[in-house]
Amino acid sequence: MTLWLVVFRSLRQHALSTLITAFSISLACGLLMSVWVVKEQSRATFTGVNGGFDAVLGARGSKLQLVLNSIFHLEASPGNVSATDYLDIKNNPNVALAIPIAAGDNYHGYRLVGTIPEFFEKVEFAPGKHYEVEPGGNLFDPTRREAVVGSFVAQKMGLKPGDTFHPYHGLIFNEQDQHAETYVVVGVLKPSNTPSDRVIWIPLEGIQKMKGHDPKTATDVSAVLVKLKGGGAVGFRMDMMYNKQGNRLTFAWPIAMTIAELFDKIGWFDKVLALVSYLVALVATASILASIYNSMNERRREIAILRALGARRRIIVSAILLEAAAISALGMVVGFLVYLGIMTGAAKVIRAQTGIVLDPYQFNAVMLWAPAALISLGALAGIVPAIKAYQTDVASYLAPTS
Amino acid sequence: MDPELLLQIKDLQKTFVAPDGTRHRIVDVSEFSLKNDDQLALAGESGSGKTTFLNLIAGILKPDSGTIKIAGREMSALSEPQRDRLRATTIGYVFQTFNLLQGYTCLENVLLGMSFGPGADRAFAAALLARVGLGHRLKHYPRQLSTGQQQRVAVARALANRPKLVLADEPTGNLDHKNAGESLALIRTACRENGAALLLVSHDRDVLAQFETVQSLEQINRAMTPEEKRI
Repeated sequence: MTLWLVVFRSLRQHALSTLITAFSISLACGLLMSVWVVKEQSRATFTGVNGGFDAVLGARGSKLQLVLNSIFHLEASPGNVSATDYLDIKNNPNVALAIPIAAGDNYHGYRLVGTIPEFFEKVEFAPGKHYEVEPGGNLFDPTRREAVVGSFVAQKMGLKPGDTFHPYHGLIFNEQDQHAETYVVVGVLKPSNTPSDRVIWIPLEGIQKMKGHDPKTATDVSAVLVKLKGGGAVGFRMDMMYNKQGNRLTFAWPIAMTIAELFDKIGWFDKVLALVSYLVALVATASILASIYNSMNERRREIAILRALGARRRIIVSAILLEAAAISALGMVVGFLVYLGIMTGAAKVIRAQTGIVLDPYQFNAVMLWAPAALISLGALAGIVPAIKAYQTDVASYLAPTS
Repeated sequence: MDPELLLQIKDLQKTFVAPDGTRHRIVDVSEFSLKNDDQLALAGESGSGKTTFLNLIAGILKPDSGTIKIAGREMSALSEPQRDRLRATTIGYVFQTFNLLQGYTCLENVLLGMSFGPGADRAFAAALLARVGLGHRLKHYPRQLSTGQQQRVAVARALANRPKLVLADEPTGNLDHKNAGESLALIRTACRENGAALLLVSHDRDVLAQFETVQSLEQINRAMTPEEKRI
């Protein structure tokens, strides 16, 4: 009780330095937790996203580019797949489902992706979850210029059933490249928290036969999303067939491994961010030491008085260490707010760019070990001033003498 | 040694090293004692070693040699934590500059006077402050009080651990004549009411005149002249 009173009063007496130091701790704590959670959640979420497919068949090129283009609707398509190749894989007895997609146009930067109705009817984008249209809308008729809009696009562009729009050529929005065709929005997808939320879905033929597109490729598709019948052995055989024995196409299988390779490639970036966080934590800890140490001269008289009242050296040392830990604890509390601020912003950006949703409120072990580590470091930072406090010569600080 | 004696000092010596490297014997008391309920004033000029003498008794300073026995316990035989404990439970200290903790309320200052000894007792702390006329200032901070009121808080704090011995170092040195008289009367009465012996050091003749028993520090301290002090 007395110990806490001494600690609390000291914190209050040095309120400004306490707050500044606690704030630096909160930045360190918030940054460390954010970096960690973004790293872990994004890896888990991205590698968990496969749109309900096992593999992607595309033009010869990078598997990663193929997956990013067809599953995450990022990057440019590495090329086209002929109708023959599409039908070939569709009729492969080891293939349960083959959904062709075609991309190449946009609406104000949001991609138009052509596909077939089976994409909505047969695909489970997550176990037990199908794409669904919000009440009042329906799926497009593959023979008409109709569109189903992803929830994020609908929200951002204010599109609703009955609205019409003109697509723009290419994947990057350019006002000069407007197509003449008019599409009618017939439905808005319920949020799926997948990249599909950022896409405007139209019939496959819509993309293939859009005016201005090369008529020679009118039957080609950008990629084929594949669901296999068997397990790993089937995937391995098809991987061998397309990637090792063939030389025209790329078979990206399994999708999660392709994305994991991406994270492995950019792993150094995580390490740099983590290193920055550790350095911030170290600087913040040093600021606790400096803050308490610099105030030791003014504290010594108080320490001498407490000692004269019977306080043992152990109590004085404990009070200094507790004060240092309390500053860290205060910073840790604010650190969670900093974390929420950073994570909310990061989640917004990641959702806008990829459609992937990160959850700032999802528990992660870093939320336990980072605050615990910072509080321990804070208490450690109190050791040097505590030693100084321990050595305080009581008699000389109880001046004046007579 | 007489068991009725509260404080017994024998052959007490304390030297300090001056900045020029010379050693000075500040305290050299061959014999000194105090009975329970005694109220004794020690007269001495500034720099005569009064504070050092009191700090030795309080266990704040360790003597070079000699013995100090308080309430039957030999100080030099105790470890530092044990001396701290003895001070916290047995001794009350009133300082010339009051030494109140500025970040603490009056009540908290008094509570700290008992926290390291018998333990915090808010009711007793409040009663002590009421006894010194500050029952309505419990939550005030020292800076919000007059000098005389601060001294009264210091007196209440010195009595907070129900001490057997109160040491007062020039307790009226910072007070005007009127406040000094009132404060001195308060210290003496409060000590009497609480069954504590009082050892007060002062160079103020008006203060000394209030005491029935006055000893001169020069009489008990052999190391007085600069020549005698230098060793």
